[in-house]
Amino acid sequence: MAVTSNAGLDLERRIAARVRSAPRAPRSGWRSRISRWDVKYTPYLLISPFFIIFTIFGLYPLLYNGYVSLRTWRLDDPAGDGWAGLGNYRQLLTDTDFRDALVNTFGIFLLSTIPQLFLALIVASVLNRRLRMRTTLRVGVLLPYITPLAASTLVFASIFARDAGVVNSLISALGFTGPDWQEDKYFSWVAIAIMVNWRWVGYNALIYLGAMQSVPRDLYEAASLDGASAWQQLWKITVPMIRPTLIFTIVLSTIGGMQLFTEPLLFNKQIRDATGGSDGQFNTVALMIYKTGWKDLNLGYAAAMAWALFFVILLLAGLNAFIANRRVAGGK
Amino acid sequence: MTTMETRQQPIPVAPRKRSKGLNRSPQETPARAWNYAILIVTILLAAFPIYWTFVVASSTEEETAKIPPSAIPRGNLRENFTTVFNADNVYFLKSLTNSLIVASVVTISVLFFCSLAGFAFAKLRFKGRDPLMVLLIGTLAVPTQIGIVALYILMSKMPSWLGGNWNGTLKAVIAPNLVTAFGVFYMRQFITEAVPDEIVEAARVDGASTLRIYANVIAPAIRPAMGILGLFTFAAIWNDFQWPLITLSGTENPTVQVALSTLASGQFVMYTQVLAGAFLATLPLLVIFFLAGKQIVAGIMEGAVKS
Repeated sequence: MAVTSNAGLDLERRIAARVRSAPRAPRSGWRSRISRWDVKYTPYLLISPFFIIFTIFGLYPLLYNGYVSLRTWRLDDPAGDGWAGLGNYRQLLTDTDFRDALVNTFGIFLLSTIPQLFLALIVASVLNRRLRMRTTLRVGVLLPYITPLAASTLVFASIFARDAGVVNSLISALGFTGPDWQEDKYFSWVAIAIMVNWRWVGYNALIYLGAMQSVPRDLYEAASLDGASAWQQLWKITVPMIRPTLIFTIVLSTIGGMQLFTEPLLFNKQIRDATGGSDGQFNTVALMIYKTGWKDLNLGYAAAMAWALFFVILLLAGLNAFIANRRVAGGK
Repeated sequence: MTTMETRQQPIPVAPRKRSKGLNRSPQETPARAWNYAILIVTILLAAFPIYWTFVVASSTEEETAKIPPSAIPRGNLRENFTTVFNADNVYFLKSLTNSLIVASVVTISVLFFCSLAGFAFAKLRFKGRDPLMVLLIGTLAVPTQIGIVALYILMSKMPSWLGGNWNGTLKAVIAPNLVTAFGVFYMRQFITEAVPDEIVEAARVDGASTLRIYANVIAPAIRPAMGILGLFTFAAIWNDFQWPLITLSGTENPTVQVALSTLASGQFVMYTQVLAGAFLATLPLLVIFFLAGKQIVAGIMEGAVKS
């Protein structure tokens, strides 16, 4: 330590000098007062922008939404704003459209999340091999993530078009008749789920790949001495070892899946209606909030739906994490 | 552990056979042909919709109506772009400038405020630092999109000294994104690792103020992190759709994704036009992606990115 560089010595001496002098003799005058003020308060100044912006544009609307949901707030008649009590929530309980939207949201969520995370795991484990052109392959699978959601949804709408769409053309080339992807309820769910899967498989694969690279290598060597196949290694070693990351992606896709909006809005033949299909067959809760608020102009009712959705998300995210926790732990 | 082992008598161990395929971690296992096949199929599926956008955007309506559809680009791209730019009530050209303005302003602001806050959380000592950091990370899990109804009302009631109603203006899409929890968190992680405490301490002893330390010590050291955060922020804001749609649609002032949805909202959808618009809305990000895809991949693999 004695023969360090000049800078190191210098630093040590300076720190020592500071430690000696700091408690007692402070430099007199305004300069030292400013300096003390700077050390004490500038940190708060630096972190305050985030908390200010989040409070105004994130937290406040989320809570204020509760107040709006108790009122008869209409966009076309701001003067007619009055107290509704629990009226909006009571209406919600008997609203079959809302119930259907909830079922659709949940169905599409299951169709898009389960294959998404499974496929991501497979792609990640393949990317985790010793590969040629490694970087190119990684960048390639991420391509959908960077594509604007509005743009890709519109492309998929054309790909899934009944008459001249690519998918149905391929199906008829094989001698079958393709379905009407926008009209048939379950096919519309599948089409939307494919869009979601397309966007997120590569992204999740890279998150998993990042986690996989920190799994200790000797674990695999021990396992392979016991004769475990690559497939067994994936499920018996890799998956339990990256459990926190798995739970993170599960919770993330739950929160995202419950708020699915752009796909059901733009997959519609009549986008302006915001109905989620001619008969609401792929209507989601987030889309219904939009339609109720900005097409039917009933902001109070839309706010009640938003809080109901918030409640569902909290419930599901908690439940999800709980199940995933036990499930993956049990597989050890 | 290691010292104990070295003191013991060496136990003879059979030499590991590295050459046998299974006796390895995945990273050391050379990929087989079917591994490449899986990845190539994945990438083809990933690229197809983007390629298809280009095919339809360069075709005429008659060409796209043919069964089976043509799989190669045609020569009508320019005409379709012109139609998109001239479409009534879509304001596509203006929307491109608007998106550029919004994404640039937000990116600069996020980089500035997030690096300042990240610096404070990483290198400065102040009362309540750790609880505040936990609070900040906690906000990442708050689904703020739930509050859009109230956000819309809030924007409509902006006081007159702030210009009155913000709905329909770019302020409404810029303000909520000026600084993000994720950005602060990411910067804090990076600064904690990239800048040794001693350097900050030494600068302090030399009498440097907090802001001077930021400018002279921190800022030069965090360029790579700034690059990655900047790319993600720009892309996220360029692609943002739901809130811009709510506050900007129906105005003469849309962002590009909003203009694109207006373009697709007609009574009869002309896919050549819609996908020409979609192609224009995607192109800037494709360019960024081809230039900096490697960095974006690295950013995600660090486990750092929230969608």
